[in-house]
This record gives sequence, structure tokens and C-alpha cells, in this order.
Amino acid sequence: MGESESENEAPKVKLRPIVRLGMFLISHSHLLSVVCCTAGVLTLLLLPLLAKNTYISENALMPGSANPMLSSQEVSEANGLVKDLTSLDLKRMASGIESQRLIAQYMSNLGAEVSFQKFYPQSNQFHPLHFFSSPDSATIRENISCSSYGLNTVGIIRAPRGDGKEAIVLVTPYNSEKIGLGEALSLGIAYSVFSLLTRVTWLAKDIIWVVADSKYGEYAAVDAWLRDYYIPVFSGLGIQNAEMCHGLEENTIRERNMRDGFKRAGTMAAALVIKVADRSEQFEDSLSIYAEASNGQMPNLDLINIVNYLAVHRQGLRIKVEKMWSLLNCKWLKILGEILESLGHLAKNLNPQWKFGIPAADYVEGTATLTSSLYYQALGIPTGPHGAFRDYQVDAVTLEISSRVSSNNKGRQNDFLLRGGRLIEGVIRSVNNLLEKFHQSFFLYLLTSPSKFLSVGVYMITFALLVSSLPMVAASLYAHANNLDPSFEKNESNHPASAADELGITLRSWKWLYAAKKVLVVHLWGAVVLLLPYFICQIPNCTPTTSFVVWVLLSIFSLLILFWILGSPFSYVYASQPQQREWALLKSVTISAAFIGLCLMSVINFATAEIGALLMVPMCLMAHPLKLDVKSRKLRNFSRVACNLALGFIGFPPTAFLVFKGVFEGFDGISVGDFWNWLESIWAWSSATYLYIGMIHLPCWILCIHVILHPC
Amino acid sequence: MAHLPRRTHSILLILSFQICFSTIFAVFGSVFFQEEFSEELLLKPLPDRKVLAHFHFETTAPPLSTSHGRHHHLFPKAIAQLVQKFHVKEMELSFTQGRWNYDRWGGFDPISSSNAKPPGVELWAVFDVPKDQVDASWKNLTHTLSGLFCASINFLESSTTYSTHEWGFHPSSGGLRYGTLPREAVCTENLTPWLKLLPCRDKAGLSALLDRPSIYRGFYHSQRLHLTSSEFHSSGVESGIVLEQALTVVLQPNSHKMSKTFSSETKLQPSWSLSSIFGRKVTGRCILAKTSNVYLQLERGLVTGLENLQKDNMITGPDHVGSGGLKDNPGFELSVRPDKMFKEVNSLHGKSSSILYEYSIERYSVFEPFDLGLTWKFPVVWSCPRAPLHSSRFLMGSGNQRGTIAISFTSTDLEEGFLSANIGEESCKLQADIFQVVPWYIKAYYHTLRVFVDGQPEAITNVVEKMHVSPSEDKESPGVMELVLKFPCAVKSAALTLEFDKGFLHIDEYPPDANQGFDIPSAVIIFPNFQTSMHYLEDNSSNKSPMLSKFQEKSPVLSYTEVLLVPLTTPDFSMPYNVITITCTVFALYFGSLLNVLRRRVGEEERILKNSASKKAGRLPQLLSRLSAKLRGKEWEPPQSPSTSSSFISSKLILKVFIVAGVAVFWQYYSE
Repeated sequence: MGESESENEAPKVKLRPIVRLGMFLISHSHLLSVVCCTAGVLTLLLLPLLAKNTYISENALMPGSANPMLSSQEVSEANGLVKDLTSLDLKRMASGIESQRLIAQYMSNLGAEVSFQKFYPQSNQFHPLHFFSSPDSATIRENISCSSYGLNTVGIIRAPRGDGKEAIVLVTPYNSEKIGLGEALSLGIAYSVFSLLTRVTWLAKDIIWVVADSKYGEYAAVDAWLRDYYIPVFSGLGIQNAEMCHGLEENTIRERNMRDGFKRAGTMAAALVIKVADRSEQFEDSLSIYAEASNGQMPNLDLINIVNYLAVHRQGLRIKVEKMWSLLNCKWLKILGEILESLGHLAKNLNPQWKFGIPAADYVEGTATLTSSLYYQALGIPTGPHGAFRDYQVDAVTLEISSRVSSNNKGRQNDFLLRGGRLIEGVIRSVNNLLEKFHQSFFLYLLTSPSKFLSVGVYMITFALLVSSLPMVAASLYAHANNLDPSFEKNESNHPASAADELGITLRSWKWLYAAKKVLVVHLWGAVVLLLPYFICQIPNCTPTTSFVVWVLLSIFSLLILFWILGSPFSYVYASQPQQREWALLKSVTISAAFIGLCLMSVINFATAEIGALLMVPMCLMAHPLKLDVKSRKLRNFSRVACNLALGFIGFPPTAFLVFKGVFEGFDGISVGDFWNWLESIWAWSSATYLYIGMIHLPCWILCIHVILHPC
Repeated sequence: MAHLPRRTHSILLILSFQICFSTIFAVFGSVFFQEEFSEELLLKPLPDRKVLAHFHFETTAPPLSTSHGRHHHLFPKAIAQLVQKFHVKEMELSFTQGRWNYDRWGGFDPISSSNAKPPGVELWAVFDVPKDQVDASWKNLTHTLSGLFCASINFLESSTTYSTHEWGFHPSSGGLRYGTLPREAVCTENLTPWLKLLPCRDKAGLSALLDRPSIYRGFYHSQRLHLTSSEFHSSGVESGIVLEQALTVVLQPNSHKMSKTFSSETKLQPSWSLSSIFGRKVTGRCILAKTSNVYLQLERGLVTGLENLQKDNMITGPDHVGSGGLKDNPGFELSVRPDKMFKEVNSLHGKSSSILYEYSIERYSVFEPFDLGLTWKFPVVWSCPRAPLHSSRFLMGSGNQRGTIAISFTSTDLEEGFLSANIGEESCKLQADIFQVVPWYIKAYYHTLRVFVDGQPEAITNVVEKMHVSPSEDKESPGVMELVLKFPCAVKSAALTLEFDKGFLHIDEYPPDANQGFDIPSAVIIFPNFQTSMHYLEDNSSNKSPMLSKFQEKSPVLSYTEVLLVPLTTPDFSMPYNVITITCTVFALYFGSLLNVLRRRVGEEERILKNSASKKAGRLPQLLSRLSAKLRGKEWEPPQSPSTSSSFISSKLILKVFIVAGVAVFWQYYSE
């Protein structure tokens, strides 16, 4: 440190406090980094305790303040539709278009404006440059066959006294080729609400009901409709093809009118996707909420709050959010929960105002929910058709209602339709009350239960603690690598510095550039690795396992090539110099790169950054050459070696994925092909997590391994 | 008023009644010769089971020179003063709630093209003043009107909201200003002052039907005030001021019992009567009105449908063979027998023509109220005449940066004979004029205008015949685009797109709370080749009704597009607070350190430090001082001289504190 030099000078130069603080941090970086890391992990475990109860932030929403108007009359009409649809399916006559026609007929009987929207399935192709780009209208639709297209049915109710500037969207996906009872029931719920809304006087926003043809996937249908809504194509192939493919006979003028107009209503205020699960619940009717959209974007918390409030307090439905089920039976989590509970009791005894303890069962449940919330946000794949809306800045949520018994009991079904319909009616009424956009509540949050949430201010503490140790350690490593050498020289020879020596010092102080170059090269390699799956995909008849193996081999090959071309020169220019500190510099630069990468990622997808930090920060901090450790045969060093090896194993993305998958789902039947499939799904949805893995995580892992195996 | 005054004991009362009478006579005399008022109501069943009611009140005042100066008998003084003060040549003000459904309620008749208005407030006025004074007049006019009608029309005063135009919307020679407020909420507070302009208010006559809850329950509500004055015409005949007030409502009759029976096939139209849709009956005319009529209009399509029905009935059952015309038609039944029946004179359309039933309500009174009812007997399906092209406007693109306005036209399948009759050429062209005002915060790029006809991109010069663009100026004036488009007659669909950037607003231009977005006012689409005029065959042209003569006027088919909502970037308004906090912190840090530097004497401090360090201390203070020295970046010097009293924290004290705390914790834990 600077003390050794400044000691010689007679008047002590007093440094500025900020510099002194920095020097203090750097000198104690070991201790501090350990403290920060453990604190980060601890706060992550404490997060379920810190969750707050949700509350409806926007007063204008007023959920549940009006009595539901949906009556048994609408429900019986809806029952008619359900019966017609299911009988249609039994007859199996001219499947496809027939059901859409039936729905359209029902819609237009209500006085709604009906239109059809034809779309063609888009194959999931890997577009390396399509990350972050907005949905593109100019996607070339090649080889469209006339027979394979989906047909969405869209009905619009114009608010009688509204100005038509805003709209609320209801989406019911259903498979037009085979209508299950669940899908028919979801259509029934939507229809009952729709028929009520044609008569109500309070409507201020238009209502759009999209019956999405999920023949080619729910998301694809909704996405196609939204694309036509927002980025219509006026010219070109689409219309001509539609003209050519007119195999269907259009009977009436009315039907043709439905066909050629794509009907619109203003800006979308919110969207609700309604689904009815085919599986049935054991105890009571329940409602699952899915909210995660692409890249971990969430709808406004108020939307979830309304649904939660109405479902629990008005309709008596049990609300479920996605959980990691395997965590519920986790032993150590239970023990931790009990410890925290007793701690909470103790604190309460000391001061009755300290209330941070929650029951152990709640803690375990909260952790399971939090984990899945974190995971699905980190994955960056929308968990339902609502994800398509988020791409156009529309708040949307998927509601999956499941009934207690799926029997054909008539009264039971009526009750189910009534409850579902009233829930949707209440949500629509609340959104209808809203004069402005959803803005009041949170957009960045994690759910620990349907009625508890963690805002960004709380959960970023974990990330901040984890990440904060990185720059400290990087700085201290750099300082050590730069300053220890001169001190050696001073001890050896005390003669005044010559010109050559000055040059040496300046050269040495720029040595980090070589390390930086190496890091840059490895990161470039990461980009190359990212692009490789595009080419591997072109290979026909490839099982996931073989393509994964091909990918790994190609990656290693490209890494070797890169090292041979770019990596070699600097390694022997300074070969004469002691390489002792080279690894430290390399580690320092690696850590800085990881820090920058994690911070960037936290802006794009916080959950990814958080999980990534959890894996990467300990690995980066621990990395130490094995050779040095093995040389000095101490217990401490051996434990470090073990840690390094374990972290290096866990830090490798495929092994991390497989280990976690094994832990959560059981180890039997796991193959490396699963990772390939997982990765493929990530890039098919153009999630930023894919970029993160390739550009930040993998290079950092390689560099850490390089440090561990460093020949010094 | 009509009652004769009874003889009473008091002479004074008689006297007062006589005075009263004389004034009434005076009023009557003046009405007859000079100022006139007429009230009319048109009822029309609509194809989608709704009923249109169109009230039409007209008050005329003779030119100033021939009347008694500034004194008016019937004509509202407020309007007369307004006309004289601001030299208004023509003006139209409309308050609308809801949207006119051009597909179902018609887009090709005089009612729709002159009474279908965009939601909110629309105002245009032509002034007869020198060009440089037009803006000032407009400003004053908006303020006056906003006071008169309890609306925020004064927001049209700022030049960012109104515009002038050359030729697109209304043919006039300069001096025209046009502005809309799409956001204005319309309610009774606007209707009451409007009714106050009527001589009978809503106390008598047809306007008594205007029961507020029932008319505001409707699907469309538009009150309109149209003013023409020829006071300031330099040349031509002077006809005085004509004030035309029209209220158009679309109401839904209650029809729950009836709809059940025919639910399997086409539904029977709901039956209605005046008392069922308005909740009131007409209890006599406004005594000051020259004419007071109620009309029931049956559209062309409906008449055709009824004729078909009649033919069917003739085949099936010969009950109705004897009855002539549609008076005893099979489709519906009227509760009151009409006084007169007019048939539309139409040369163009080969098919049947629309029918108008007239009821004069002069003979009805409180004891015998007029309550027209229509009961449907058989379901009839018909459609309304529609404008040649159905136009709709929407926004494309997402995000906060840019977007596209698109106007799309789709052909509404007019009868081919109609088109050919109108133009009668092979290479015929369908003309459509567009008048679009774009607020300045929508930075429209007019060079990006693109036209697609039938799904093919088309060169602008092929389609756009004439174009006038005045770009917007930030915070100064809105952009105006006027286009004359000529499509081939066989066009099926066409689209226009115009790209724009969303601008940034100044902080005080945002609404105070979070907003839903900003509006782009409706575009006006005019089809100048197509004239709406309905000519009804009347027996004597002497007492022509003002409404029917209005229908006869040839006016181009005109339709308004939807209002659009553009979400603009809304800054986080808590940001100023954050900025203030941060700047305050920075200032505090800066001045704190500056003061620190200024008042510090380094030598003195070091001496004191040395002194204090030399004093002996316990283990913990030693550690603390070591730490503080490290923090300060100095070499820690071990204490030299012993000292006891001055050390702030002694080990004994700490021990005591710990013991006390432990006891307290113990006590608390076990007392619970």
C-alpha cells in the first residue's frame, strides 16, 4: 500500500477522506467481500419475511364496490353456447370454421361487431439479430398453404356513451379442431360477461373479445391478432393470399362484411386472458394467476391486486400462484423457517412492536413461490398468451380457473360459470373505472404469495450486496498486482530509478491491458458461441443430445482457434517477467467485466441478474490458481481448492441447469439434451437470458477456470 | 296562457291581467310578421332496434334594419348580441356524447351528415371581419360561448387548438376557424343553457319531452347550434339571423319481453312509444311556435322490406289486399293516425322511396296528450343507406417514440346503378376529401404519406389530386392536412398512412395527474360527389317546414372518424422532488467540506491529536483509535502517557452497561 512510500517523506500528505475510505475498503476487501456475499445470500433467504401485503394503490379502481350484475339469465345463455360447442365437437362436422361461425353468430346476436382474422402460423426460427427488436411486420411469410391457417373471431362492444378511445380486451384461447370442456367453459364465462356488457350503462371503454384459435399455440394466435392490430400490412402478400385461399363459401353479405374488416377499438387499457383448466381441483374452486411476460416484465401490481381481491373476498375462490413444489418438502428450508420463527418470537417478546416473524409453513411456501417467481422472470419466457400484450405495453394477466369437480352436474356448472363471470365482470368494471393508465402501483416486484409482494427496493438489496464486493476485490487485486512488484524491487536494490526502470514501471502499470485483451477475446468467443446454435439448427435429424455435443465441440474448437490467433502473442512477450501477478490482474479484469455485465443485465432483467450473481459472484471471488494452493499444503488452501472446484462445477451453465433440475425434479431421466431444449426455448422466445448466458456468464466461467488452472 | 282571465274582486288584478294580455298580443303580432319559431321532431326506427329522435328548433330574426332595433321578442338576446358583437357570419357549435354508428344508423342521409358529430365539442365559425381581427374575434367568441354553455370552450382560444383551413371542410372565403375539444364531457349543464335559448324552454311544446335521465341514457346524444346571419353581408339579400338548434338522440326502447319470442330467427323490432322512450308525453305545442310537428320517417330500406312483407302476405293471406298503400301496412301499427303522409321524390333510386308521416300537435293538450306509439307485428330486417366508403382511423405502432396514423376506407357496396347514375362513365373517379387537424405534440411527417389502394402501394400523385399542408409549430399552431383523393370507382379498400413522432411536452402542459393519453381530434371525410338531399312531395309549399327544407338542401356526404388517443411519454413527476433532494444533498456536502477546509488549522489539530493519543486508554478505546487512525490514513501511534479521567469510554463503564442491558433483556423475556 501507499504507506511504505509515504513514510519516507517528512511531511505526511493527508489524503482526502474518500480516497482513504476507498483504501480502507481495498485493504479489507477479503473480509468485506466475505461479509457482503454472506449478507447477500442471507438477505435472499430473508426475503419472504420482508414481503409486504399487497394493497390496491389506485383509488379509482374501487374493486368490488358495486354489486355484480351478472345473473342466471346470462349464465343460462352461456350454457347454451357451451352445449352447442360441445355438441358441435361431438358431431365433428366440418371442424374448424364451423365453431368460429357459431361463436360469431352468438356474438352478433348480442349486437356486437364481429370480424374474423385469419393468420398463418409462424415457424419458430432463430433470428440472431432479432433480440430486443420490436415485433416486425415485414416477416416474410413463406410457404403458406391454404389449408393451414388459424381463424380468430373478434367481437367488439362499443361503449354506448364512451368516446371509443380505450378498450379492454378479453381473450379466450380455444382449439378450434378439438374443443375440450374446459375451453368451452372458458368461452361460456367470457360469453356471459360479454352479453352482460352489451346491456350495462356504466361502460366507458369498448370491450374486445378475442376468441383466439389456439390450433397453433395460444401465444401465436394472440400475437398474430395483436400484430394485425398494431402493425397491419396494407400491401403485399397477405391480402392476395387470403383472396386466393378463399376455399370457403361465404353465404351472406353479412358474413363477408365480417371477413374483410379488421375491426378496431382504441388504445388497450388492459387485457385478461381467461382459461379454464381441464384438470379439476380436489377441495374448492381455485384461480391461478400467470403474469410473467417476456424478459421478466410484469403487469402493474394493481391488476393482480384487483383479481386477487375480487376472487378472494367476493367470489370465494382460492388463489394460486406458481410455486416450486419440490421446495415445499425441503428439510433445511423447514428448519430455517422454524429458526426464523423462533427468532421472531424472541424479538416479539423483547419488543412487541417488532413483528418480523412468520410461521415456518408460510416461510416455506413464500420461499417456494418466490423461487418460482424469480425463475420465471429470469427465464424471460412469457407464461401465457398475456405475454404478447406486454410487448405493446398493455397490462395483461392470465386467469386460469379450475373447478372443484368436472362432472356434468348442471347446477355445479352454472355456479361455476356464475362465479367466473362475476369475477371477470368485477375486474372489467374496475378497469373501466380507471381514468388514466395503470401507473399507480409497482411494475417491478416479486410475489411471495398472491397477496404478498416484494418491491424492487427490497429485493435489490440482495443483488447490491452480492455485487458490491466485486469492484472492491477487483481494485484490491489490481493494487496488489501493481504495487507489490515495486516494493520487491526496492528491497532488492535501493539505487535511484533509471530511465529504463521508469519505462518498465509504466509498462507494468499498463499490463492490465493484456489481461483486458484476453477477457475481451473470451467475451467475443461468447458471442460466437451464441451464434452457433443457429447453424446447428440447420443440421437435419438431430437429437437434442447430439446437437448439444456438437455445440460443445464447436465451442471448444472456436476457443482454441481464437487463442491460437489472438491469445498467443502476449503470453511470451512477458514470459521473462515473473508471472506471479499475471493471474491476479486477469482475475481483477474478469471480476470487473462480470460486475459490468451483471449491472447491465440487472437493468434488462433483474431476476436473471440476481440468479446469475448468486452463481457467479462466489465463483469469481474464490478463483485462485490451483498450483499455488497445492504448493503450500495447508488445510486452508485445500479447502479453497475444494471450494474452487465445487463452484467451478456449479458455475458452468449446463451443469448448473442439470443440477438444479435434478434437485427440483429428481435425477432420473436427466440428459444433457434437456439443456439444449431449454436453451432452444429461450432463444425461440428471444429472451435476454440467452444473451446473458452466452455473453457474460460463460466467458466469466471460462476465465475463472483459466485463473484456477493458471500456470504460475 | 290560453285561459281567459276570470273576473276577480280586485281591480288591480284585472288591470294586471290586461297588461299581460296586451303583451301577449304584441308578441303574437311580432311573431307573425317578424320573428318566427318552429319546433319539429323527427322519429325514425333504426335497423339495430334503436330509435332516432331528432329535435329541430328554428328561430329567425329579421335583419336589424327592419326590426325594432335591438329588441327581440322570440329570438334569444344572448345570441343576437353575440352575432352583432363578433360579426359572426356563420357558426356551428355541437356538444356530443357517444359515437354515431355510420354503419347501422346511416351515413348517407341529411341527418347523419349534418348531425353526426365527433364526441366532445366542435366549434367552427366564419367571421365577417378583416383578416387580422379574425383571431381576436374567435378568442372572444370562445370565451363568450364557454360562459353561455357552461363548457370549457375557452380552451379553444389558444392557437394550438384551432386552425384555419383553405378549402377542405367548409367552403368559405377565409375568416373560418375550426376547433374541437374531444375530451369535453357533455351533460345537462350544457343542455339547460341550450334549452334556455328556446322561447318555451322545456316547459311546453316538444322540448318538454326532453327528460334528462332518458335522453342521457341513450347511445348517442348530440346537441347542435347552428347560426347563420346575413347582417354583415356586403351584398345580397338580408335575411336576418337564423338560429337552428337540433338535438339528436339515439335511444333504445326497452324490449325484454318481446325479444324472447322470436329469439330463434330474426328478432322482432322492439315496439316503442313516446312515453316509453322519453318517459313523457307531448302535452301540447309551444304556443309561440309557428309550426309544431312530429314526423315519423321510414327509411328506403324499411319501406322496401315492408313492401316485400306485404307481397308475402298477399300471397299467404288476402286480408290486407284491400287497403291501399302502406297506411295499413302489415309490418307495424301506429297508435295515432297520421295527419299527412309524404313520399320522397327520388329520381335516382329505382326502388321504393322513404315515407314520412306528419302529425301536427296543435290539437293536443294536457287532457289529450300526444303519445305516438309504434308496435311491430312482424320482424323486418333492413339496412341503412351508407356513405360510399366506410372510413376508420386508427393508430399503428407501439412504444413512446413514434407511431403512424392510418385512415382506411372500405367500400360499402353501394348499388352499382347508383354509382353509374351519378357519374355515368367508365373511368369514373370517387372523390373523397380529408380534413385532418393534428395537434402540435404529434409531429406528423407529411412526406411519409403513403397511399394503398386495394392492397397495392400507389404513387401519391395518382391518387391525391390536391393537397394542402400546413405543418404544426411547437406550442404555436396545430398541423393541418387537407387532401383531395380520387379513387377509382371500383375501389374495394384503400388506406392512407402518415408517420409521426411523439413530442415532448413542457411540464406545465401535462395534466396535473397521470393521464390516459392525448387526443387527436377526428378527421373529417367528405364525399363531395355525393349529395344528400331528401325531397318530399308536399301538397302546398306555402307553410314549408324548416326541417324538411333543410333536408332538401344539397350538402355533401360527410363523416367524422374516431378520436384517437396517443399515449405520450409521461415523466415521473416525483422526479423534481428527487432532484431537489439530490441537489440539496450535494450542496450540503459541498458547503460542509468547504467550511471544514476553511476553518481547519492542521498544526493545532495534530498537536491535540498527539496529546490525546499519548494518554493511556483501555483496550477497546485503543482498538477504536487504531481503527480511526486507519480510517484517517495515518500511522497509529501507541499511547505514551497514562491517563484515566479523560478517556471517554472506560472498560468499567462498558461492563456496567452490558450488565444492565443483559438484566433488562432477561427481565423483559421472562416478564412476558
